[in-house]
Amino acid sequence: MRWAIVRFPGANCDEDARFALEKAGIRAEFVWHTERDLRGFDGVFLPGGFSYGDYLRAGALAAKSPVMEAVRRFAEEGRYVVGVCNGFQILTEAGLLPGALLANLNLHFTCKEVGVRVERNDLPFTRLYPRGQVLRLPIAHGEGRYYADPETLARLEGEGLVVFRYAPLKDEADYNPNGSLHDIAGIVSEKGNVLGMMPHPERAVDEVLGNTDGLPFFLGLVKEVAR
Amino acid sequence: MEALAKEIGIPEGEYREIVQRLGREPNRVELLLFKVMWSEHCAYKNSRPLLKALPKEGEAVLQGPGENAGVVRVGEGWAVAFKIESHNHPSAVEPFQGAATGVGGILRDIMSMGARPIALLDSLRFGPPEEARSRYLLKGVVSGIAFYGNAIGVPTVGGDLYFHEGYRENPLVNAMCLGLLREEHLKRSRASLGRPIYYAGAKTGRDGIGGAAFASRELKEEKAEDRPAVQVGDPFLGKLLMEATLEAIELDLVEGVQDMGAAGLTSSLSELAHKSGLGVELHLDLVPTREEGMTPEELLLSESQERMVLVPKEGKEKALEEVFGRWGLDCVPVARTIPERVFRVLFRGEVVAEVPTEALAEAPTYVRVGREDPEVRRLRETPIPPLEADPQEVLRRLLASPNLASREAVYERYDHQVGTRTALLPGKGDAAVLWIKGTRLGVAAKVDQNPRYSRLHPRLGAMHALAEACRNVSVVGAKPLAYTDGLNLGSPETPEGYHELAETIAGLKEASEALGVPVVSGNVSLYNESGGKRIPPTAMVGVVGVLEVDKRAEMGFRRPGEVLLLIGEEKGELGASEVLHLLTGKEFGHPPRLDLGREKAVQEAIRDLIQRGLTRTAHDVAEGGLLVALAEMTFPYGVGATVEVREGGLEALFGEAPSRVLFTVEKTRLQEATLLLEERGLPYRVLGETGGRASRSSPRGVS
Repeated sequence: MRWAIVRFPGANCDEDARFALEKAGIRAEFVWHTERDLRGFDGVFLPGGFSYGDYLRAGALAAKSPVMEAVRRFAEEGRYVVGVCNGFQILTEAGLLPGALLANLNLHFTCKEVGVRVERNDLPFTRLYPRGQVLRLPIAHGEGRYYADPETLARLEGEGLVVFRYAPLKDEADYNPNGSLHDIAGIVSEKGNVLGMMPHPERAVDEVLGNTDGLPFFLGLVKEVAR
Repeated sequence: MEALAKEIGIPEGEYREIVQRLGREPNRVELLLFKVMWSEHCAYKNSRPLLKALPKEGEAVLQGPGENAGVVRVGEGWAVAFKIESHNHPSAVEPFQGAATGVGGILRDIMSMGARPIALLDSLRFGPPEEARSRYLLKGVVSGIAFYGNAIGVPTVGGDLYFHEGYRENPLVNAMCLGLLREEHLKRSRASLGRPIYYAGAKTGRDGIGGAAFASRELKEEKAEDRPAVQVGDPFLGKLLMEATLEAIELDLVEGVQDMGAAGLTSSLSELAHKSGLGVELHLDLVPTREEGMTPEELLLSESQERMVLVPKEGKEKALEEVFGRWGLDCVPVARTIPERVFRVLFRGEVVAEVPTEALAEAPTYVRVGREDPEVRRLRETPIPPLEADPQEVLRRLLASPNLASREAVYERYDHQVGTRTALLPGKGDAAVLWIKGTRLGVAAKVDQNPRYSRLHPRLGAMHALAEACRNVSVVGAKPLAYTDGLNLGSPETPEGYHELAETIAGLKEASEALGVPVVSGNVSLYNESGGKRIPPTAMVGVVGVLEVDKRAEMGFRRPGEVLLLIGEEKGELGASEVLHLLTGKEFGHPPRLDLGREKAVQEAIRDLIQRGLTRTAHDVAEGGLLVALAEMTFPYGVGATVEVREGGLEALFGEAPSRVLFTVEKTRLQEATLLLEERGLPYRVLGETGGRASRSSPRGVS
C-alpha cells in the first residue's frame, strides 16, 4: 500500500497526513507539485494548508498546477483521491467534486473540535465506522462553508454522496461551524473514489493528541487492499 | 554631519563617540548605520548593564543569550530553541501587519538556530475593552497573528491577554516561538574567513525603513507619518523560506545562519561578522530588489520581511542555490567575510561606508540613577478598606470580567493543532504541551505577567511573573528548564522609568536564582510611553519545561468522586487583586508576598504527584483566587465539585496568593498524596469532592 501526498508550496498539513497514513501502516511519499506522473501509487492525498498562499481564492491556483492533471487522470481511473481542508477546496476548484467552499459565516478562521456524523460506511474511508456515528474531529479553516446550487444539492442527497455531516456532539444548537448547506462536511464522487472533507481526521489519530476518532478513516484505507 | 546627527536624533555625546571611534567624521550612510545599530532596540544601551546580572547557566542550556534564540536540551538528542520578541510600536500604528510581521520575525529567529518552529504563544496587552480603540487594536492584532501563524502552519498554542488602562496608548504585542531541533543541527550566526554570504528569500523593497529606530522612541500624535516604518508580511513566502532554510540545514549545507530582522542587512551582516571576529564586504548591487532606484541607505536599512542570511559550507554553494531555487526563492551571494574587522559597503563600484564592526556592535551603554515614582508608592501603601459583597455575585462578575473571562473567542481564531504535536489544547491546561514525536517526551510552555502586580511593585511583579510561569509549567507536570524574557517598559531616560527597569531585572534575578531557572534569550522594548505616561513595567516571562508526555495534568475535573485538595495557604490577599479592582474600580495595595522557597517546594510537589500517577488534574490558583480557580476546573468537561471552605471572607474566596495549587486524587490514593505533601512540610487541605454539574461551596457565603 503506497499513497502519495502532494506537496504544494504553502501546504502545511503534509507532515500530519504522512503521520496519520504511516500510523495506519501505509507507505506515504511526498510528491512535488510539478510532478506529472502518479503511477505506482494506490491513492493520492491532498493535504491542508494554504497552497500557493491561497492567493486569488483558496485552492484556485493549486487546481491549475501540473500535478493536478495527473490527479485528474488518477481519479478517472477510479483510484482513490482524498482532499482534506485545502485539499477539498482544491478538488472543488479543479471540478473533481461539485460545489464550492465559501468564507465561514462568522467570517473568521475557526479552529475547534466539532461533531461530524458518518452518513455512509460503504466506502473505504468510512467502512470502520458504524453508520450514524458522530465523530469528534478538529476543523481549522476560514473558507469551509459548503455551497452548491439547489440541483447539485438535490443530486448529492439523492445519490447519497454526502459522507460527512456536521452534527451535535451533545445537544448544542450551533453545531454547524461554518454555515455549510445541509450541514455538509464531506462529499464523495459518484464513483465513490474521490473524497473531499473540511474536518481533519489526520489530527485525531493518537492518544497523545487527545483524540483517535480519525484513525479508523486511515485504517479503512488499508483494509480495502487486504480484501 | 553633526547637524544631520542632531536632526535624526543621535545625542551629541554619541556623535562625539562615533567620531572618536572612526577617527574621522562619518559620512551620511555611516551615520545612519550608527543610528540604527545604536538604537535601544538593537543595542540594549540602557538594559545591557542591568541584564548582565541575570543567571544564564544551567545544565540544560545549550545556548544562552546573545544568539538569535536560546536553546535547551530536552533529552534523547532533542533540543528546543525559544525566544520572545516584541512588536509593540508597529502594532500600535498598524495592528494587523504589526502583529503579523512580529510572528514572522520570531519564526525566523528560531529557524536561524536550525530549529523547526513548532509552537507560538502570544502575550498581548491592551487598554480597557470598553474603548473602541482597544477593541480595534485587539481585533487587528488577533487577525494578524492568525493570518501569519495559520498560513505558515505553526500552531498558536497559548499566550496571555490583559486589559489595563496603562496600555491605552501603548499596546503590547509580544510573540514567543519554540522550535525543535536535533542537538547536532544547532546553528549559530557565524562564518569563517573568505566565505561568501548568501542573501535568501524575498526581494528588498522600501518597507520598514528605520523600523528599529522607530521602535526606540515614543509614539507621537502624528502616527500616519510613521506608516512607512511598518513592514508588510507574507506568510506564504515565509513558509517557502522556512522550508528551504530547514532543508539546507538538514542537508548540512550551511555553516552559519542569521535572520534579517530589525535594521535589515546592516544588522544581520555586521553582527555576523562581529561574532565571527571578522569583517564583511557587502556589494549592494547584488541585492535582489523589487523597486527601482533604491539608494544605499534604503538597501542597508530596509526591513523587508522574509529574508535570511546563510553562509554555505565550502563546496556546497551550488547545492544551496539549488535548494532555494526549487522553492522558487532568490539565493545569491551578496557579501564575503574579510580579515579586516570592518563593515565595508560597496555601491556601483564605490565604497559608500566602512566602519569597524566592533564600533557598530558595541554601542555605548548607560547606567543611570533611578527613583521610585512617589505615586506608585502611594498607591501601594494605600490600605485596603473593609469590603462587603455577595460572593455569588462577585464570582459571576469576576468570571465575566475582561481579565478573567474565557479566551476561547481568541484562540479559536488560531490554528492550534497543525503539526499534530499539541498534546494539551488551549483552555485545557495551565500550560501548552507539545509532543516530540517518536519519543515519549513533551515540552511545556507558558508565558505570564500580571500588570497590576508589576505596576504597584515592579520587583515583586517580575518575581511573580517568573514564579507563575514556572508554576503553570509545573502544574501540567513539566520541569521548568529555562526562560525567555520580554521586557516592555517606559523610557529609561526618566528616573522613574529607569527605576522600574532596574527593579524589574532585579526581581527576575532574585526569582531566577531561587527557582534555579536561567534566562536563555529575550527582548527589550523601551519607550513604551505617551504623554509622559509609562506602561506598567511588563516582564513577559516565557518558560519552557520538559515532561513525560503520557504523564500530563489537565485543569478540568474529569471524573466524579475524586478528592479535591489545595496545596498552600487558604487565604489570599486583596492588594492589587482582581476582586479589589472589581469592587472599587481601582488598583492599589501591596501585591501578594512571594516566598520563593515555598514556591519551589510547591512546584516540586505537584510535579512529583503527577509523576507518581497520583493526579491527572491540577490547576494553579491565580487571579481571582480560589473560587475562580475552582470554577475554571469545572469548565472543560462540565464536571463540578462540592467544596467546603472554612472561611467565607473575600480574602479566602477571591484573595490572591502565589504557591497555591489545586489537584484531585482518587480516594484510595489520598493518603499517599497527603503523605507526600507532609514529607515536604507543605500546608494542604482537603476541600471536597468532584461530582455534580456545578461548582458548589459551603457552608458560609457560597452555596
